[in-house]
Amino acid sequence: MAAKDSTEIEIDLLLEAIYQKYGYDFRQYSDAHIKRRIMNRMVLSGYNTVSEMQFQLLHNKSFANDLLHDLSITVTEMFRDPNFYRSVREKIVPILKTYPFIKIWHAGCSTGEEAYSMAILLTEEGLMERTTIYATDFNQRALDEAKQGIFSNNLIKEYTSNYQASGGRSAFSDYYTADDNMAIIGQNLKKNIVWANHNLVTDSVFAEVHMILCRNVLIYFKRELQNKVHRMFYESLINGGVLCLGSKEGMYFSELKDAYQDLDPRQKIFKKKY
Amino acid sequence: MGYEAIVIGVSSGGLNALMKILPFLPENYPCPIVVVQHVSPRSDGYWIESMNRTCNLNVKEADEKEKIERGNIYMAPANYHLLVEKDKTFSLSTEARVNFARPSIDVLFGSAADAYGDGLIGLILTGSNSDGAIGLRKIKEEGGLTIVQDPETAESPSMPLYAISASSVDHILPLDEISGFLKGLV
Ligand SMILES: C[S@@+](CC[C@H](N)C(=O)[O-])C[C@H]1O[C@@H](n2cnc3c(N)ncnc32)[C@H](O)[C@@H]1O
Repeated sequence: MAAKDSTEIEIDLLLEAIYQKYGYDFRQYSDAHIKRRIMNRMVLSGYNTVSEMQFQLLHNKSFANDLLHDLSITVTEMFRDPNFYRSVREKIVPILKTYPFIKIWHAGCSTGEEAYSMAILLTEEGLMERTTIYATDFNQRALDEAKQGIFSNNLIKEYTSNYQASGGRSAFSDYYTADDNMAIIGQNLKKNIVWANHNLVTDSVFAEVHMILCRNVLIYFKRELQNKVHRMFYESLINGGVLCLGSKEGMYFSELKDAYQDLDPRQKIFKKKY
Repeated sequence: MGYEAIVIGVSSGGLNALMKILPFLPENYPCPIVVVQHVSPRSDGYWIESMNRTCNLNVKEADEKEKIERGNIYMAPANYHLLVEKDKTFSLSTEARVNFARPSIDVLFGSAADAYGDGLIGLILTGSNSDGAIGLRKIKEEGGLTIVQDPETAESPSMPLYAISASSVDHILPLDEISGFLKGLV
């Protein structure tokens, strides 16, 4: 193993400081990703070394908040990967229909678009009344935004096209009210969503659920941490429950891959064996 | 000369340009090759299959955490950034577009330069934007070898031109000569 260069050492120390001072543990996130985010913030705020940021991190609360926000990528969309939602309708809904009450955990829900997409889908399938969606993230800023359910008007076109491609049964405009700038998600979609702050790395098992969606979160974790989170998901799912990962995420390296059967391998949907 | 890997960035006109290079590399080519080609976010990668049939090397989409190994040409998946880790594995990211692009050539090249240092070869091909210029400069700074397609031979010359103006690149080559040059290098 080659010696670490100074920047890498500084980054290790910065992550250590974030953990000790703020309790967020990024020490097992992918190095290339973390380095990119930290260097981005460094350039944005005009510092020359990561060490200079260390002082700010420890003594300047608003700088620390910005950095923490940078380290969590919140990019998301309504009905992202329409084929995934099509598969939810075709392959998962029939399973969910067999339960009198349904609990769904969206881990890493970011600003909520996925949870709202699911609420729309389940409404159309007649299941929303008996479902609770637990939407969690460790980024409080993102969660606060999610609760509001407000998105910019210029996204409507893209979301509408995603919704249609996903097999939507209605008009997307049925689900929001819009003014000149903003679209607001309908109140009845919010009813059965519970928003909560939960950290996949430092918090423990969340609830006993029928379905877990954790899409485009584990890609940022190193293998060992992925395995740890997979164990937590496994413990949280009921037997026969369904795990949904991002379209480029697999179970390839998970110690638990044999504990699941493929429900739709292309869409990365897995069913916990009985 | 001890080169360990090649990264290629290409945008509009990309498929044609790649077809003039990749099929000519032999099965035992010693460097893995990683390609960012700008494609629509909804692309299902159908072109990767057809490319695989015409190449001697194995052409595949890069998987997250996959180990980067010789014998392969890896393509960045649509709508994700592709990064190289120091342990020569891939990471994916859904971070925002960089210069309107996801995957971004700069993101791949920057991380690969960190991982491979002077063992890296960077190549910029045709494209109508400026992605890749900063990444190629970074490869040069880390001691790697930088190559740009001669803009005269590019379907869209912007990307090569930006790359050439951002740093002093080592070689500017007409499209027809690139595969031969890459074969001679390693
Ligand atoms: C790229 S977004 C994915 C959003 C959505 N699931 C999707 O695929 O569109 C990643 C989310 O994971 C969250 N995240 C990252 N690390 C986390 C952790 N340790 N615990 C909980 N959430 C985390 C981030 O805050 C961010 O909102």
